[in-house]
Amino acid sequence: MVEFSTRSRDPRAHVYRTIIGSRVRSQLAYRASFWLNVTTSIGVGLVEFVELYVILANVPVFGGLNLRQAALVYALANAAFAFADLVFGQLDTMPSYLRLGRLEVMLVRPMPLMLQLITSDFQLRRLGRVAISVVIIMVVLPGLDLQYTPATVYLLLITPFIGAAIYAAFFVTAGGLQFFLISGEEFTAAFVYGGGYAGHLPGSVLITPLQVLFTFVFPATVTAYLPALLIMGLPGSEYLPAWLGWFAPLFAAWAWLLAGLAWRAGIRRFTGAGG
Amino acid sequence: MRAVHTYLLLAAAEFRRFSTYRLAILAGVFTQSVFGFIRVSVLFAAISEAGGTLAGYDEQSASTYVWLGQALIAPVAILSWTAIAERVSSGDIAVDFARPVDLQLAWWARDMGRASLQLLARGIPPLFIGAVTIGLALPQSWTAYPLGLISLILAVSISFTVRFLVNLIAFWTLDVRGFVNLYLVVGSSLCGLLVPVHLFPEWLRIITYATPFPSMLQSPIDVLSGYVLDAAAVAVVGSQIAWLVFLVGFARLVQWRAAHRLVVQGG
Repeated sequence: MVEFSTRSRDPRAHVYRTIIGSRVRSQLAYRASFWLNVTTSIGVGLVEFVELYVILANVPVFGGLNLRQAALVYALANAAFAFADLVFGQLDTMPSYLRLGRLEVMLVRPMPLMLQLITSDFQLRRLGRVAISVVIIMVVLPGLDLQYTPATVYLLLITPFIGAAIYAAFFVTAGGLQFFLISGEEFTAAFVYGGGYAGHLPGSVLITPLQVLFTFVFPATVTAYLPALLIMGLPGSEYLPAWLGWFAPLFAAWAWLLAGLAWRAGIRRFTGAGG
Repeated sequence: MRAVHTYLLLAAAEFRRFSTYRLAILAGVFTQSVFGFIRVSVLFAAISEAGGTLAGYDEQSASTYVWLGQALIAPVAILSWTAIAERVSSGDIAVDFARPVDLQLAWWARDMGRASLQLLARGIPPLFIGAVTIGLALPQSWTAYPLGLISLILAVSISFTVRFLVNLIAFWTLDVRGFVNLYLVVGSSLCGLLVPVHLFPEWLRIITYATPFPSMLQSPIDVLSGYVLDAAAVAVVGSQIAWLVFLVGFARLVQWRAAHRLVVQGG
């Protein structure tokens, strides 16, 4: 208990640190396995880049962007998605928590449910995907001839975090909906992973209904494409003008409003299975 | 004959098992369709940039390629599957070796049962949605259908055999999850799901055809859609047969080594 009070003022913060610390140590225990997982995570970060690379090996511009520009959009979105996945990716396993009756146990513990879910399986390997995104950004930035005004620097720094907040909101929305869907869990992949996929692309290539869906309902194009247009000084397209990128924090707030409603509705509906 | 009957029963049981998850099937169709529309967007944008055709694809044939891909991805199942690996780490595999059926053939039969159900339940609806909304091109020769069916059966078998091999790694290491994910990353990049292998730059295409992954998805799509016809289609099916023979032989060898490594604790 002495160590308890000297290390941290807030005992709860100490608990979370201990839990996450134990998860991280257990993952580092098997070195070969850990590095294989990191390599794979880097690979996951590159799979959809193969698609962009192949297309831009055939045509010079795609959705108004050349390879460097498309790579910047891709890497910003990928870093954001990887951050969100690192913290909230665990919500993907909600259906099995519900089916196995493990949620009841969590609800009686004196810790917020969301924090328990986040800390239940903190996967450090997912940082591999963040790392590869940072590498791509570092490689493409010098060749883009950007004007480093305060506005572009602000956008470059803030975009991965706003983007992460938006993707995180998708994970939480999906988690809340799982209470209603039960075995139809795959429905939510349409906007969690479909949104992730759409967010990595130059948004202007999407057919119009998808541009609307993935901007004004699930704001995936706001995670990277729109701010990247502002960063690169490009005008955007008819339905996705670049200036929408300035409103990214507002879109994030909207995504979290949806997430909050879905999560609350889910928890309120939950009745348990008498476990 | 009795033996064949046993494997048919196993396939039928798996077909019924997967048919019980109705809501999951509906959810899968919905999600695959959303992805289909995104992928159609991507290819259409690239084709219009290229001036109407790209590597032999126009809008109609690109749409066919996308929706056939969305239809076949569930039956072909390039996904994380660790059923056998779990039985190895729990020790249940010892019981499996004692059964009067062959380990590989029994799982193969079950996988064909699963694939048949998923072809009907998760394959036909996305094709229908694609045909109604975007439009599909039919193959120019009727031979595409029987050859396509053979190609698809081979594709599912190749996919199964590679998944089976990845699971056998469990005999050597306890944590197969890393290997499964690695297989997933490489497989989904090279199988021709996201972008046709025909668009790959030459260096990447050479690497890709040195792996069995295009035989799992790109080949059946090419044969079914009539992207390759007649002699060229037969050649594609021939290369799938070659891959399958090689992989099954290799899996036999690995399984034989694995069985000799197995130490059964207690009983």
